[in-house]
Order: sequence, then C-alpha cells, then structure tokens
Amino acid sequence: MIGYIGRRIVAIVPIVFIATLITFALIHISPIDPAEAYLTAAHIYPTDELLQQKRHEFGLDRPLLVQYVHTLGNIATLDFGKSYLTNQPVWNEVVSKLPATTELAFWSMLFSALVSIPLGVLAAVYKNSWIDMLSRIIAYLGASIPQFWLGYLLIFFFAVKLDWLPVEGRGDWRNLVLPTMTLSMVLIAVYTRLLRASMLDQLQETYVQYARMRGLRERVIMLKHVLKMAIMPLISGMGINLGKLLTGTIIVEQVFSWPGFGRYFVEAIFNRDIPVIQCYIFFAACLFILCNLLVDLVQLYMDPRISLKGRAKR
Amino acid sequence: MIKRWKAIFLGQKAIMICSILIIIFFGAALLAPWIAPHDPIKVNLLQKLKDPSAEHLLGTDHLGRDTLSRLLYGARISLGFATVIFISSLGIGLIIGALAGYMGGWIDSILMRLCEGIMAFPNLVLVLGVVGIFGPGLMQVLLALMLVQWVYYARVCRNMVVSLKQQNFITAARISGSSSWKIIYKHIIPNIQRPIIVIGTLEMGWAIMDISALSFLGLGIQPPHAEWGAMIHEGTSYIRSHPELMIYPGMFILVVVVTFNILGEALSEKYGVKRR
Repeated sequence: MIGYIGRRIVAIVPIVFIATLITFALIHISPIDPAEAYLTAAHIYPTDELLQQKRHEFGLDRPLLVQYVHTLGNIATLDFGKSYLTNQPVWNEVVSKLPATTELAFWSMLFSALVSIPLGVLAAVYKNSWIDMLSRIIAYLGASIPQFWLGYLLIFFFAVKLDWLPVEGRGDWRNLVLPTMTLSMVLIAVYTRLLRASMLDQLQETYVQYARMRGLRERVIMLKHVLKMAIMPLISGMGINLGKLLTGTIIVEQVFSWPGFGRYFVEAIFNRDIPVIQCYIFFAACLFILCNLLVDLVQLYMDPRISLKGRAKR
Repeated sequence: MIKRWKAIFLGQKAIMICSILIIIFFGAALLAPWIAPHDPIKVNLLQKLKDPSAEHLLGTDHLGRDTLSRLLYGARISLGFATVIFISSLGIGLIIGALAGYMGGWIDSILMRLCEGIMAFPNLVLVLGVVGIFGPGLMQVLLALMLVQWVYYARVCRNMVVSLKQQNFITAARISGSSSWKIIYKHIIPNIQRPIIVIGTLEMGWAIMDISALSFLGLGIQPPHAEWGAMIHEGTSYIRSHPELMIYPGMFILVVVVTFNILGEALSEKYGVKRR
C-alpha cells in the first residue's frame, strides 16, 4: 500500500515538469511582446529604447535554456514575477484572492453533494418513477443551461423581483446563496446521474440478493450496503469534475462580482497581464494533479483492493 | 405514463423531432438576412428599449436595435462557428487518430498521452489560457476550441483503427490488392461513422455553450455584432427595467443546446455508442 502511494507520488514529478514547460512556452508562443504589454499596462509610451531595456530586465535576450532554468527556479520558490498592472508580486495577489474562490467552491461542493446524494439514491431505488424523471430533467438542464444566464436569472428572481438577497459582492452568508446555487446546478446534474448509474450497477450484485434473503430491511440494504459501494465513482467523479467547478468559478465570479481568483484571471486576460495568466495556468494544472492524487488516495482508503490491482476503473 | 414519456424522449421520435428542430435552427440562421425584419446592428436611439409591437415583435434593445433580428443573426454566429469547429476538429482528430492507430508504437503513445492530458484539463480553462496568450477575439476563440475538441475524435478514430487492423476482412482486403486509401474509405470510415455522429452532436452543444460563455466574458465576438452570449451581457445592465433583453438570448441558447444534447443521447442509445 505504501509502495502504491509512493509510486503515485513519483509519477507526479514528470507531469509537474511538463506543466512548468508549458507555462514557460506560453510566453514565447504568444504574439504579445511581454515588454510591450508591460509598458502598455503601465501607460508608458513604448519607445525602442525602453522596450530593449525591459526585454533585458525580463531576461528575454538570454538563451532559451537559460531562461527556462531561471523560470524553473522562480516557480520552485513561487515567484511568478510582478503583475504588469499593479506592480505587486503575482503570488501575493493570488494568495489574497484564493480564500474567496475557495469559499465559493467549498459551499458549492457541499450543497451539490447534499442535494445529489439523496436525489441519486431515490432515482435509482425508484427507477422510472417521477423522481427519476426529475433527476433526468435536472441532468439535461444542468448540462445545457449557460451558467452565466442561470446566475442572472437567479439575480432577477431573488434579488430584483423578490428583493430577498443581495445582487453582488462578498460579505455575509446572504451573498453566498446565489453564487453557490448557480455553481452547484451543473455539479448536481452530473453527480446525480453518476450516483444513480452506480447504484443501479450495485443493485445487480449478488450481495444485495443475499442481504434481502437474510431479511434485512430494504432501507438498511440501500443505505448501509449499496450506497457505501456506489459512492466510490461519485468520489472520483467529484475529483474529475473539479474542472467544472474551476471554470464555473471564473464565470460565476464575473456574474456576481465575487472578488476571487477567476475574476482576477479574466481581468488579466484583458490587460495582457502575462505573469498572472502564467500563474493561473500553472496553478490550475497543479490543482488538477493534486486532486487526482487525492481521489486515488481516498479510493485506496475505501477499497484497499486497489493497491493490488492498480487504479480502479471509474 | 412515464414509460411513454421516456419512449418519446429516448426513442426514434426524439431523433426525428430533434433533427427537425436542428434543421429549423440552421434554416433560420442561414435565412436570417431575408427573414429578419430589421438590420441587427442599425442603431436607432428614438426607438430604444421599446416593448414588443407589430413593428418590433420582441421589442428593441438599449440602442434601438430590433431584438428578434439580433437573435436571428446571433444564430448565424453560434451555429456557424460551432459547425466550423466541428468540421475542423473532426478533420484534425481523424488524421491524428488514424496516424496513431496505424503507426502504433511510440508515436501512438505520445499522441494518446497528449490527448489524455488535454482531456484531463477543464476545457474552458484551456480555452481561456489560449485566448489569454493570443489576446481576445473570435478567431482566437475558434482556434482554442478546435485545439481542445479534436482529442475526442482522435481517440475514437485511433481505437477503431487499432481494433480494425486485426480484423480478418482488412487483411483479406489487403491481400486481394486494395490500396490503403480504399481500405480507409470502404472499411474504416463506415465503421467510425456512428460514434463520430454521436460525439459530433454532443460537441456542437458544448461548442455553442463555450462560444457564448466567452462572448459573455467579452473575449469572443466584439460589438456591435449580435451574439447570444454578448446579448445577455448587454442585457444585464437593464435587468431591472427590461429583463427580457437578457432572458430571450439565454432561452435560445438553452433550447438549441438541449436539442443537441437530447439528440446526442438518443443517438448514442440507438447506436449503442458509449459516450466519453
């Protein structure tokens, strides 16, 4: 088991390495000259002399390999350079934006789990009933509704028409309700269908028949035996669908003027703030690697057979 | 009752209804210059924020532009670009997938690792990264979406080629002197048609959503052109007085995407194709 964990951690090293390579390559593929972007963001007219000076300052006139090694060193010490716009270290700004995004992501995860677990179980147990139909409708809606539009619809009904909740900004719990609901919709759709499918798979297993033969109550069989096994794909699904959460925060933060990392990133795109863009991409890559590892470890804990037969199929 | 609904939703009928709807959407988009009652970008401040009337069936926006006309022209952008993305990513995917499957060995493993890497990453983050690097604009969005969508076709194509390579009828065709092109044309393409139709249908829906999301963020189409996502963005400033300005375009996106999704699911059920 420890060997398995070790192997998984070692396997991460080359992936992180590739992520740094991509982060580095981006700046050289881009048609945007960092020196020019910097001067534009600082509202300085780019003369040739100033451009040369900035390029030298950024080290862009050095050989590529030297630049890469330099970048690697910087990334290792979490130094992503200074934002062209504010002239503050990017990492400090990112750290100050992260809590807002994490807060939103956490509540959305929790809320969607609280809705989709009961809904998924009921949809599987009462297959083809109205509740199954409801879960199907939610799945279609969640997959097809533009998230930003959903956000504005919620603002329209709950903030403008009913005046129950604030329109935008971050503050107490009332500010959290609408963004969380918006972000959760897609996740609920995915999780519910995932859990329903894996519940139905588990219900075919012989241990369910055996439990029924022993005369256990149906509720006990479902909640104590079937759900325990069926929830595994949901956990890996949560890890894999973290991408939806991440892209969701970008859009939802924009809609609700939520001062998080996603909004910071979109602003950086408009301002051609290359260090921020690089940092976001690298950060997103690392988050992915980390979450996949975490999912594997949770699965390992719940089903120790995995360490023998390799990674479980989802 | 529910069984009957399910049969309608997931059966032959669904495929027919959705196909007809999609033909209508495309027809409306193609015919927009002829059926739209007004010029979609003509500003008329005397007519701004008008309620629906015989002249303007769905009212006008903050610059006095006819909402219905803008919605119809918006369909051209969403559906047109989604189609371009579909065709180009299908082309790239087929070539790379066939190459990987045919060659095998290290070429295969490098290409497939690349695909897995792209698939593991959330689409929109990748697209935003590309747009961030190359700057905002519809062309960049197009390029970025192509870059993330070919992988699904490549995977299907590669797997199909690998499994077909070992089939006897391919060997037989080769022994009897068929050229590689003929084998690809006669045997391989008919076999990958079905999964590709399914993936293509579902990807059309995603592409439309992604294009609208990027336009909403202001990174895709630039004003004054009409696009659904951009229209929602413009409409949000008038959410208190004229909410319909942002409600209509959203409904259009929702209906089109739902149609593509239901069609995709119905087709995958009919053909027995597993979705990704």
